[in-house]
Amino acid sequence: MARRASVTRTATITVVAWLAGFVVFFPILWMVLTSFKTELEAFSMPPKFLLFKWTTENYAVVQERSDYLAHVWNSVAIAFGSVLVSMLIAIPAAWAMAFAPTERTRGTLLWMLSTKMMPPVGVLVPIYLIYRDLGLLDTRLGLIALLCLGNLPIVVWMLYTYFKEIPQGILEASRMDGIGPVREVIFVLAPMALPGIASTILLNVILAWNEAFWTLNLTTSKAAPLTAFIASYSSPEGLFWAKLSAASTLAIAPILVLGWLSQRQLVRGLTFGAVK
Amino acid sequence: MGSIRLEGIRKAFGSTTVIPGVDLDIEDGTFVVFVGPSGCGKSTLLRLIAGLEDVSGGRIIIDGKDVASLPAAKRGLSMVFQSYALYPHMTVRSNIGFGLKMAGRPRDEVKRKVDAVSEVLNLSALLDRKPGELSGGQRQRVAIGRAIVREPKAFLFDEPLSNLDAALRVQMRLEIARLQKSLATTTVYVTHDQVEAMTLADKIVVLNAGRVEQVGAPLELYTSPANLFVAGFIGSPRMNFVSGDLAAQLGATTIGIRPEHMLVSRDGPGWRGTVAAAEHLGSDTFLYIDVPKTDGITARAVGELGLKPGDDVRLAPDPARTHRFDAQGHAVRARNVS
Repeated sequence: MARRASVTRTATITVVAWLAGFVVFFPILWMVLTSFKTELEAFSMPPKFLLFKWTTENYAVVQERSDYLAHVWNSVAIAFGSVLVSMLIAIPAAWAMAFAPTERTRGTLLWMLSTKMMPPVGVLVPIYLIYRDLGLLDTRLGLIALLCLGNLPIVVWMLYTYFKEIPQGILEASRMDGIGPVREVIFVLAPMALPGIASTILLNVILAWNEAFWTLNLTTSKAAPLTAFIASYSSPEGLFWAKLSAASTLAIAPILVLGWLSQRQLVRGLTFGAVK
Repeated sequence: MGSIRLEGIRKAFGSTTVIPGVDLDIEDGTFVVFVGPSGCGKSTLLRLIAGLEDVSGGRIIIDGKDVASLPAAKRGLSMVFQSYALYPHMTVRSNIGFGLKMAGRPRDEVKRKVDAVSEVLNLSALLDRKPGELSGGQRQRVAIGRAIVREPKAFLFDEPLSNLDAALRVQMRLEIARLQKSLATTTVYVTHDQVEAMTLADKIVVLNAGRVEQVGAPLELYTSPANLFVAGFIGSPRMNFVSGDLAAQLGATTIGIRPEHMLVSRDGPGWRGTVAAAEHLGSDTFLYIDVPKTDGITARAVGELGLKPGDDVRLAPDPARTHRFDAQGHAVRARNVS
């Protein structure tokens, strides 16, 4: 009796979990499906789920109309560039906050986080003007700097949390071994905090990759990443759902692959220290 | 070489002063043990010498050079931590050789030294393991290996045996003593365990509330404690303290008699008392005796005594080994009792 009840329970939970998973995944699935429809079928009511005329025409058009690879390169440069720079700043910062805290460390961390509470649009005009005067509009360098600064609070917070889990005694042991601060971070701290550092990098690559507000507002063509590539399909000439979907599918594909390959590392890092 | 000299060392955390001022001389090659109750500042003092904490004032002179403002990495000392603090991502070989490797020593020299040290510490078979695959005693030996391989000016030990079980603790204690004698390297060792202090030290520094209460050889502290604190801290079971009339008769505010310096008999001379409890250990018997005008006296009798709770006994303190203290708790040295 008890066993039957537990089988029913397991079955129910499984079905509910699959349903929830499907609901979450549905928008992405729908986008991919739409990208293989004709523009007419993309609009059809009632919507067609699988029984439509499959076509890859949208991908051809998208490729023809805009240079996908140039946008990919911009996205890669901006996402990885900004994460690299922010890691170079954040690792020493988090190291100092975790292992040599002062009375103001807590306050500094909260203050850093508070900058994320302000809507970006609030500083759009000043930043736009500064960027214009500095000649940073539509440059990869400008976006790398901005996204780096924008994500820095999250990067420092995440690393700080992971570093706090490392026993301080081990770092002190390395000091007693005659090792200076730079090599202490590289040879002792970094290898021990690797899961945390890896998931911080991954999460921030994803955040930077998908960042749309600044990348759309501060670029026109030269430095435009994949977000601008997608946006170019919702244009004044009208919405092209199928082509927009094709462009979006192309835009998320690289990051989806990266996320898929690193999902174990990502989950391990995000739950790092939760169970000891 | 490694002589360490502390001059007016002070340490405060915020507005809390942990060490109000310590002066101490540690000669080259000696084994010095800091001992005291928890929170007495002994570990802090060690960490100040190590450079893991910054001093609030005073000078730390190692081999004639003030190192108080140098970082830990540049003081040329090595340390064994209570938690061992091994590098979890490195093998035993890398753990021991890490400091040498980082110092840029040639690879064959590092290998030779690591091999020699692991030979001494019986670690040769474990060199390719990670710390997670070792037992507590083995980890402790790796930590010691890491400390000695660099041939430092001095070893610092921070309660290194407190995470080991009793049997292993005795064995490691002997190993540390033997190792220190053969290397003749200056050693500062922190413990709250007075047995470790008595057995290992050339010189014991008794600390209390950040102050040095007394410095001396183990037996010196036992036979002539400078004050009530040291008298009560060194020796087990604890020294008996008696004040009031019985002390006044000897011209002191408080007198102290160790349990082993108390002659117990059924009808001899001395104070009259009643046995409250008796612990028979075979070789010794510890008696807890209610004596009027005292808080109770502990006495140690050698061998098996047929005493049981409720029995009346006489207690005769050995007059030559009775310690007298004045109102400030300082020992009164003059022996001539009026």
